[in-house]
Amino acid sequence: MNQIVEKVLFSEKVAKFVVEAPRIARSRKPGHFVILRVDEKGERIPLTIAGADPVKGTIVLVVQKMGVSSAKLFELNVGDSILDLVGPLGKATHIHKVGTVLACGGGVGVAPMLPIVEGFKKAGNRVISVLAARNKDLIILEDEIRQWSDEVIIMTDDGSYGTKGVVTVGAEAVIQREKVDECIAIGPAVMMKFTSLLTKKYDIPTQASLNAIMVDGTGMCGACRVSVGGNTYFTCVDGPEFDAHQIDFDELIMRLGGYAAEEKMAWERYQ
Amino acid sequence: MSTNKEYLQNEREKEWRVELRKKIANKERTAKERVRMNEMDPFERIKYQNREVNLGLTAEQAQAEATRCLDCPNPTCMDGCPVSINIPKFVKYIEAGLFLDAAKALKETSALPAVCGRVCPQEKQCESTCFYTQKMKKDPVAIGYLERFAADYERESGFMSVPEVAPSNGIKIAAIGSGPASLSFAGDMIKLGYDVTVFEALHEIGGVLKYGIPEFRLPNKIVDVELNNLRKMGVKFVNNFIVGKTVSFDDLKAEGYEAFFVASGAGLPRFMGIPGENYNGILSSNEYLTRVNLMNAASDEFDTPVIKGKNVAVIGGGNTAMDSVRTAKRLGAERAMIIYRRSRAEMPARVEEVHHAEEEGIEFINLANPIEYFADEKGKVNRMRVQRMGLGEPDASGRRRPIVLEGSDFDIPVDLVIVAVGVSPNPLIPSALSELKVSKWGTIEVGEETMQSSIPQLFAGGDIVRGGATVILAMGDGRRAAANMHEYLQSKHQ
Repeated sequence: MNQIVEKVLFSEKVAKFVVEAPRIARSRKPGHFVILRVDEKGERIPLTIAGADPVKGTIVLVVQKMGVSSAKLFELNVGDSILDLVGPLGKATHIHKVGTVLACGGGVGVAPMLPIVEGFKKAGNRVISVLAARNKDLIILEDEIRQWSDEVIIMTDDGSYGTKGVVTVGAEAVIQREKVDECIAIGPAVMMKFTSLLTKKYDIPTQASLNAIMVDGTGMCGACRVSVGGNTYFTCVDGPEFDAHQIDFDELIMRLGGYAAEEKMAWERYQ
Repeated sequence: MSTNKEYLQNEREKEWRVELRKKIANKERTAKERVRMNEMDPFERIKYQNREVNLGLTAEQAQAEATRCLDCPNPTCMDGCPVSINIPKFVKYIEAGLFLDAAKALKETSALPAVCGRVCPQEKQCESTCFYTQKMKKDPVAIGYLERFAADYERESGFMSVPEVAPSNGIKIAAIGSGPASLSFAGDMIKLGYDVTVFEALHEIGGVLKYGIPEFRLPNKIVDVELNNLRKMGVKFVNNFIVGKTVSFDDLKAEGYEAFFVASGAGLPRFMGIPGENYNGILSSNEYLTRVNLMNAASDEFDTPVIKGKNVAVIGGGNTAMDSVRTAKRLGAERAMIIYRRSRAEMPARVEEVHHAEEEGIEFINLANPIEYFADEKGKVNRMRVQRMGLGEPDASGRRRPIVLEGSDFDIPVDLVIVAVGVSPNPLIPSALSELKVSKWGTIEVGEETMQSSIPQLFAGGDIVRGGATVILAMGDGRRAAANMHEYLQSKHQ
């Protein structure tokens, strides 16, 4: 169960895992996530599904080494198994034909964005993807994104690849150039916040996929609550995608730091 | 197992019961005082998250207590038991010193006797309808303590009996969720010969018995023994599986499942919707208890973190609030407080839990309601504003309605707040079945006696129907659903 059949290192801290999960591979849709636990002592962590092969019965997960749990997962190799894996969870992305879709992905956020880009392209939209990262090494899945995009714009903070600048610079150039009907933003909370502020200025409907802290992932604990349009929602069962213009990103960023002190201590023990 | 009058009468007229009744005069039986539960010292027990407070009865204590039972011709205690345990039978076995037989009698109708003996609110169930309570105005027979004694004795003896199971009828059925309702349902259906699979969303089997109720009230190893018993009877358990998500109901039907029992619980915590409630350090009791009980977050060896507050406020007055506040005390809180908007008399928590909490130094700030939270520059809660309440006329629940005393606000410094003001039904199953009839609160609508939903092959029970109740009521639902699903499937297969 949950055996790793392929591992590809994208960089020192980012890896792609292809994991055996036949039932999830058949039932998942773009936007869905899984909860996994690496071992008996492990934490339950959410990861958005980056792709699936229903015939082979596998799903794709992309992991960035950030804390104890992601590091433990990162260290697994082909042949190892993930102890617990459950899903697909959350609501699927609402994919429809709107015209031109601008997909903005930051860092490992490009991974969950891939099936959404594929979905919008297959639904008959013109898709322009903006991939942004700190440097060239951290740009991932470029070829796969290209396969389902009419145009791909690369942005790096240090200019080591594509154009130098943050994601919003690339996105705004597109918006000023042509009519964009819908925007997707997936990546670090700060990146989604500024993408949302940009598209709000131009009044472009925008969906953001949130990476809240979760425990069970089924609505039971409420750790993942988020304010959207002044109401509290649970990211796991009401999301993970919400109308970006209504999301209280500052609260989201604050809540992501909710266990910072405990996580720092755990990291020190781990090393 | 039948619980009709004739059966009970026949059992009561068995020679050993008749002899036992004659041995001691009723006057002598009723003159005895009710036994007191042996408990761990409060100052000692608050150092451990996983040591049980109640230590159980000794064999002598249990036999003496069982002697108080009059073996009434009309055992009214049974009217108070949602799973219809043959109470006089098991109690009289204890009096006779036949403890393993007592355990067997419990398992005729209950899948979880060691659990029920610990967490059932017996004072509101069987003990409230005991002859002593109703007719003599005396302390009832300690049925709950005796149930626990018999179940514990059997487990520790190493001679666990496995209830008899009918030959397989080959009919596949599924239970969804693995809490008390499902386990009770599975126990009955496996006895009837069905091929029973229990699907659980989490990685652990047991539902609220594992993630919710703390180990100082219900040790996990006790739950595991009862689960193993069900496994031995043939019940299959599948974890990490969400029916309606991992696969659809139609997929399961295609795999041969003919009927479903949905007991997915009340897994959606309620918050109060007051300013500042989303600050860090404010969490639901579900989150707090899940981190500690299911994920072992209090131990450094486990990866899941938990905030160990020094000034902890728990909002609410139910059993979950007591579990949370007593957990906080055990994790090192200097001040562990209950903030409850009514008075002690209206508290829904069991009297025993409130009493234990008081012994452990929990502070009760009753007739008080939070209205706002404040935080430091990082967004971590550091203070709460509370309003004093008075009590008005009784409301629909029969409890006096709390009313705001204007201008009575005061602040309490806090670094951890646990909100235990109730739960709503989990939306996962209802959202996977558009044709399923649900109430405006999101609970699944079922026939009161049949537990059958608007979809004929789908039955439901426990908190997904009740919206937040007790282990024993959920177990009663499981039994009723089993009996009715059995009838439904038998008529289909004729």
